[in-house]
Amino acid sequence: MSTLAPAPAHALVPHRRVTPARVVRSEWIKFWSLRSTITTLAVAVALLVGVGLIAASVYTGQASTNPGQNGATDPVSASLTGMTFAQLAFGALGVLFMSGEYGTGQIRSTLSAVPKRLPVLWAKIAVFAGVVFTISLAAAAITFTAGQALIGDAGASWGDTGVIRAVIGTAVVLTGSGILGIALGALLRSTPAAITALFGVLFLLTGVVELLLPDSWSNVLQYLPSNVTSAITAVTHASGSLTPAAGLAVFLGYLAAVTGGAAWRLKRSDV
Amino acid sequence: MIEVQELTKRYGDKTAVDGLTFTVKPGIVTGFLGPNGAGKSTTMRMILGLDRPTSGTATVNGRPFADHPDPLYQAGALLDAKAVHTGRSAYHHLLALAATTGVPSARVNEVIDLVGLRQVARKRVGGFSLGMGQRLGIASALLADPQIVILDEPTNGLDPEGVLWIRNLMRDLAARGRTVFVSSHLMSEMALTAEHLIVIGKGRLIADVSMNEFIDQAARDSVRVRSPHTSQLRSLVSGPDVTTLSAEPGVLEITGRPAAEIGEIAARAGITLHELTTVRPSLEEAFMELTKDTVEYHATLTGATR
Repeated sequence: MSTLAPAPAHALVPHRRVTPARVVRSEWIKFWSLRSTITTLAVAVALLVGVGLIAASVYTGQASTNPGQNGATDPVSASLTGMTFAQLAFGALGVLFMSGEYGTGQIRSTLSAVPKRLPVLWAKIAVFAGVVFTISLAAAAITFTAGQALIGDAGASWGDTGVIRAVIGTAVVLTGSGILGIALGALLRSTPAAITALFGVLFLLTGVVELLLPDSWSNVLQYLPSNVTSAITAVTHASGSLTPAAGLAVFLGYLAAVTGGAAWRLKRSDV
Repeated sequence: MIEVQELTKRYGDKTAVDGLTFTVKPGIVTGFLGPNGAGKSTTMRMILGLDRPTSGTATVNGRPFADHPDPLYQAGALLDAKAVHTGRSAYHHLLALAATTGVPSARVNEVIDLVGLRQVARKRVGGFSLGMGQRLGIASALLADPQIVILDEPTNGLDPEGVLWIRNLMRDLAARGRTVFVSSHLMSEMALTAEHLIVIGKGRLIADVSMNEFIDQAARDSVRVRSPHTSQLRSLVSGPDVTTLSAEPGVLEITGRPAAEIGEIAARAGITLHELTTVRPSLEEAFMELTKDTVEYHATLTGATR
């Protein structure tokens, strides 16, 4: 700190454009250079695997009661019970990845480098989706395999109908929840506000609507976020819920809508 | 080259920047001067496309900043020393910025050395002092060795050695043909580096002049006279455009008559003079003289500098 170099000699800096790939590389560096990223990823994986294994070990006691009728009592969803908890962690990671830029003022540096702005949002989503999908898919596969081993004879196997879809669906939901966090972070520009909104939408909304909605409107419930995510990961199709494909379509629709709002705000508003 | 045309920014009914038009030329250091709250930072943010003007345009090397395919090569900016994620190291902050436009990591290390942050480059920015944050901001501004360097209050929080270094750096950049646009609320700081001045107050342009013109324009010279007969002299030199102040007994500060004329008057009346000196106003005084018409800011200024 005490000695200062003389003013710059003419440094050799190649003249290169901003490209989507370079913005992705920049966001990749940003993603991995925060200690909180590693911590939150570890917590998310621990929740997914840990809660799944606990649920699987409890499941062995209930295995004989009416399997297939209720999501909570099939061995596949038992081993993937941790998804809800991991959603919180991955969602928070998504929020922090974006809202952290606003909270610290980093966004002004970021947008000075990429003044077209939208490439930053797309790059963040790409980096996040790549990393979180890979990690959560691996974690879901591990927790399924280990969970079925704990369940034992009543357990499902990889060859059973819907198993692969449920495992991949879990990773899709977890990744999507994080992307929703990124979008809410960009839309609300505040970590507490975005985390509150994310949890409200993912977990509280369904309960509140169920309480308030008249019975004749009850088919609306299947479109609410937490029921949609259950539909995507369900091995057995429960009545009154969407098919996995329809669930996925609705889920992606929600993501597109919130991300669209985020893009609009990012492009339009002063920072 | 930065060109600003009729640039206006309103927040609700408050007008932060009001119809600004000016050009910042390459090869010299241009000072952007105005009291706190005059709209300097807002103008700089609009130049970089971070804030959207209510009306008017700002271009950087002929185009809006965001329209350049290689923005970091066009202009680098220090807008806010704290525009950095506190959880990241200085090195990774710069590396991420560099990656957006393919600046090699060797250049990242080079600017880290340039600003003297080598020892702390791998530490989290959250623990940095204001001065260290300022150095990191300057490193980001210089990262791609841009054509235009925009620095908002760069000497804030720097030690005297750092202040000196910044001055030399700005002069050196200008000497290499770069456009250097630097804001300050301190006239004395500008006096040492800027060749051209853009002065704003209340968001409006007050002056767009060379440093020398600015001093001539802003305040008239005064003459200090020391004499045992000040009261007699005072009545003799009085006139419609002449103001006379007496700061201490036996001393007059006369504005509106040149020293030679005052000497003649005294000689004719047989008044002994012990001193007859032309006093150039200090830059700080010239600046205050120029901005005093915006009454609101005059009050702010005297409060801040006295």
